[in-house]
Amino acid sequence: MKRWVRPLIALLAAVSLGAVAHAQIVIKPAVVFSTGGKFDKSFNEGVWQGAERFKKETGIAVAEFEPSNETQFEQVLRRFAQRGQDPIIAVGFAQAVALEKVAKEFPNVHFTLIDSVVNLPNVQSVVFREQEGSFLVGMLAAMASKTGKIGFVGGMDIPLVRRFQCGFEQGIKYANPNAELITNMTGTTPAAWNDPGRGAELAKGQFDRGVDVVYAAAGSTGLGILQATRDRGKLGIGVDSNQNHLHPGNMLTSMLKRVDLAAYNSFKAAQDNQWKGGTQVLGLKEGGVDWALDKDNEKLITPQMKAAVDAAKAAIISGQIVVHDYMSNNSCKS
Amino acid sequence: MQELTADAAIELRGIDKSFGSVHAVRGVSVRIERGSITGIVGENGAGKSTLMSILYGLYRADAGEILVDGRPVEMASPRDAIGHGIGMVHQHFMLVDSFTVLENLVLGAEGGALLARGLAAARTELARLARDYGLTVDPDARVADLSVGEQQRVEILKVLLRGARILILDEPSAVLTPQETDRLLQILRVLRDRGVTVVLITHKLREILAVTEKVIVMRRGEVVAERRTADTNAEDLAELMVGRKVRFDLDKAPARKGETLLAARHLSLVDGRGVRLLDDISLEVKAGEIVGIAGVSGNGQTELLQVLSGIRPPSGGEFEACGRKVDATHPVDPAEMRDLGVAHVPEDRLRQGLVPAFLASETSILGYQDREPFCHNYILDGPAVGKYCADLMERFDVRPRTPGLLSSSFSGGNQQKLILAREMARDPKVLLVGQPTRGVDIGAIEFIRRELVRSRDAGCAVLVVSVELEEILSLADRILVMFAGRIVGEVAAGQADERTLGLMMAGARAA
Amino acid sequence: MSALRRPLPGWVEIGLLPLANIALAFLVVSVIVAIIGVDPLHALRLLVLGALGSSESIGYTLYYATNFIFTGLAVAVAFHAGLFNIGGEGQAYIGGLGCGLAVLALDRYLPGLLMIPLAILASAAFGAAWAAIPAWMQAWRGSHIVITTIMFNFVASALMVYLMVNVLIAPGSMTPQSRGFGASAQVPSMQAALQWIGIAVAPSALNLSLLLALLSCVGVWIFLWHTPWGYGLRTMGHNPEAALYAGTNLKRTTMLAMCLSGALAGGVAVNELLGVHHRLVLDFAAGYGFTGIAVALMGRGHPLGIVLAALLFGALQQGGAELAFESPRITREMVVVIQGLVILFSGALVHLPRPWLQALFARRG
Repeated sequence: MKRWVRPLIALLAAVSLGAVAHAQIVIKPAVVFSTGGKFDKSFNEGVWQGAERFKKETGIAVAEFEPSNETQFEQVLRRFAQRGQDPIIAVGFAQAVALEKVAKEFPNVHFTLIDSVVNLPNVQSVVFREQEGSFLVGMLAAMASKTGKIGFVGGMDIPLVRRFQCGFEQGIKYANPNAELITNMTGTTPAAWNDPGRGAELAKGQFDRGVDVVYAAAGSTGLGILQATRDRGKLGIGVDSNQNHLHPGNMLTSMLKRVDLAAYNSFKAAQDNQWKGGTQVLGLKEGGVDWALDKDNEKLITPQMKAAVDAAKAAIISGQIVVHDYMSNNSCKS
Repeated sequence: MQELTADAAIELRGIDKSFGSVHAVRGVSVRIERGSITGIVGENGAGKSTLMSILYGLYRADAGEILVDGRPVEMASPRDAIGHGIGMVHQHFMLVDSFTVLENLVLGAEGGALLARGLAAARTELARLARDYGLTVDPDARVADLSVGEQQRVEILKVLLRGARILILDEPSAVLTPQETDRLLQILRVLRDRGVTVVLITHKLREILAVTEKVIVMRRGEVVAERRTADTNAEDLAELMVGRKVRFDLDKAPARKGETLLAARHLSLVDGRGVRLLDDISLEVKAGEIVGIAGVSGNGQTELLQVLSGIRPPSGGEFEACGRKVDATHPVDPAEMRDLGVAHVPEDRLRQGLVPAFLASETSILGYQDREPFCHNYILDGPAVGKYCADLMERFDVRPRTPGLLSSSFSGGNQQKLILAREMARDPKVLLVGQPTRGVDIGAIEFIRRELVRSRDAGCAVLVVSVELEEILSLADRILVMFAGRIVGEVAAGQADERTLGLMMAGARAA
Repeated sequence: MSALRRPLPGWVEIGLLPLANIALAFLVVSVIVAIIGVDPLHALRLLVLGALGSSESIGYTLYYATNFIFTGLAVAVAFHAGLFNIGGEGQAYIGGLGCGLAVLALDRYLPGLLMIPLAILASAAFGAAWAAIPAWMQAWRGSHIVITTIMFNFVASALMVYLMVNVLIAPGSMTPQSRGFGASAQVPSMQAALQWIGIAVAPSALNLSLLLALLSCVGVWIFLWHTPWGYGLRTMGHNPEAALYAGTNLKRTTMLAMCLSGALAGGVAVNELLGVHHRLVLDFAAGYGFTGIAVALMGRGHPLGIVLAALLFGALQQGGAELAFESPRITREMVVVIQGLVILFSGALVHLPRPWLQALFARRG
């Protein structure tokens, strides 16, 4: 991950250099993870990495808690607020209800909610346009596929994952209207995020039906999917963080979702006394989602492919292409 | 006294044991002579099993001491007892059904990590024991395939293999057929002749008289008598056990028969595998008579009672009880049979007649739990049930008279009396009774038989199934013999003798 | 005759033995906690204070206990009938579906006094219906209830996700949860209820469902030990042949026991949905159904024992969360290990200290 993050860090460093002018204040940040736990190889872990980076750079301790059930969200958010932790990051859509309640009780404490929206002045909501990043990797998949059959293996069957799938599908059709998408969801419970064995089985099943590129949007389950991809000599697409290094030569690309940045930025802004409430929607334009190109996959991406994707990216940023959001109407048809 | 201990294999001195408020063993002192067979008799609850459990280390005595070969020893667990050469054969076998005889024999004494070596050693040892004691069992047979008598021999072998020189047998004949019992007694004689000391706990006087040299009689936790077997007889021992004169003959008036209350016509029952369990059974029981069904166990008696009590519907034929016709298409359930006035004392009291984990008071309403006076407005009346149970206990002399005690804490005879009380208390028109006195002590046997006759004289139609021929002969006014699911003969009580009935029961001849 | 289990005085059996078990568990826990570098006494203090130290923590302890009482009773009722109901989880979940459907359909039209009882009935009815299918399959088709109830947990979970994602999701919602319940369908929190009578406590998830749980205990006690049906049910559980002999219809009793069990499991939905979340959410059953098995076993199937066991489990759940919260070295997983050890010693190894106590009392008595 570090390989490709470096330019971004440089960019951020430039931004924060500019921010040095602001007076820094003492903060006591905290993170409440989702029930998946912080080492889920997915977005909880992304938040954790962002927090770790903040810790390392500033030496400020970050309090954290991994709830074991949903009722604890409210309890823990309140306990953090009572103890004077500020700002507090709540990870995952499931915390929205609890956070709304607690944020009202503590109007002077700053909360950041990742992956969902709560409209309160002291709440910063960070959501991502995963469909945009998925659109780009969908294009790559369609262009790289020789059979014209592309696979999608999602984690738990929830609207958020369908948003990935829907963006991916649009990207495929954009690049090759005749390509076919085969979709499987790993399961319907949170266990689906952590079932590499089943992920591998689903991927193999797709390969048997002619699929030669598969998009693993399934947390830790994806590790099994990508392993099966390598074993069968097919191409895989990683998710959330850059997973290209897992199987160089068999990883077409990864769809990046920069929750680490969101977490880091929230703390940093608070430290600089620049924290603002409101909703941040992070898409391609904001650098919140992207696709990964590094030495592990550069041989797989032809100049034509890169050109086509770059053009589409520019078109999405400029608004010429609008990628439909599944969650806007709970349907993949606009 | 001291010089006598030399030839005593075991001596118990002043053994005392209480369970809560129950004083089970009261200062008992006994001497068991080496190389002899000693019988310990007493009614259920007399304390004989508790005494032997103390000897075997299962319970610890509150007071008193145990001497083995004249030396005081500590019996903290069965392991100690085995170490002193004492082995116990329990009434309920402790064998793994799916293992072979040999595997069962090495169980708990496998002799090292490699089973093969232990098995080989056991095989040699087994051959020696078979030679010495005439205890022949196929070492490679599966226990499940053995008869009950053979399984018991395996238990005895198991104890001998552990090096026991003193063998305690707790009610060994309770599960055996008469032939198997004879075989067991023969084995015990051989063991004695080879120097093994045997203690036989039983309440069957026939066995005591047949095999022991000395009898110790216990009653209410005390030793009330010791007799040389040669100097005593059944009446004497029974009187000592019960504490009063016991009458073995039942004098009853001739039956005054009334209308037919139970009639079966061509009843049959076929199980799921197509086996014919009941075949063309026709019988009648009239008010005021006792009809006895004799037969060797497993010839359809169990199934006949199940069908007549409504537990299983018949496959063919029909029967009529108190005016209700029942056949395959018009089945009946046991609750309805009770409503009609058909009561049933089941033959297996522990599995059917009561729930061991229930209180005695709960057992006293089994099958009647949703009726007045136990239940009003769908709520059980606890005090009413308790009082009812106490009444039953008083009327049928159930001891101890504690409705709040678990059913399993009562002796077999008292459990049976409680069940009988429950079924007879509501003055049934028809009374079905299976094995009325199986595993019941002498005093209770006498009582139960009298109650059945009293019920008959009150106008009840009584059907008694028993494998004890003596019981059928003394109770029944009319005797039917069952063999292989059929009724093979009918004899009036006056004309019956053991020989003819025995031949019929063996299927040798139809009357 | 349980010859090897010599009887102990009653107060030792009921009082000292469980205490010895818990003490043993904490001894082992202390060693583990010390190994990861946390002072065991400090950790124990955090655990106990976290569970019982303030009105808020007591509130959460009792809130968890409410769930455990419901699922513990559910398991116990089936257990008394000789049925091992592993499906409390799924029954609670489907109970929530019933609760949610009733509320979403009617909360705009009915006042709370009608809406809440109706929603409770719907929870119980759906929970019972979900248990009735495995019960029917066992009674009439001979499928083993342990297997079918486990499978029905998965079916329930899949069904709920499908319905939540595709049907019941609030329009425009990012997350698979229904719209919020109207005020008429919210069981008052204990904080609010106590405020009416002038007692101030900190807010917590505890709500009046606790009273429903305690009422259910009384109801189960009356049913099992003071009605002819409960009598028949227990007879079947202890001795099916005796039940048959007594004229108890085993199939109907199986249905009765399982439906009652499922209805009790549905109580979790009342506590979670009507009491806390105020909307239909995914995975609110969160393992309470499975923990209910341990609660029922530890409580020896008796409602009073279940209440005590539920309190212990509730305290462990809440105290454990506080422990993880206050002590960064103790992770969520460590808390599960601690809870597991307490359950192990006071459940599976319940007879471990018995020989020592017996030796102690044999010498004395």
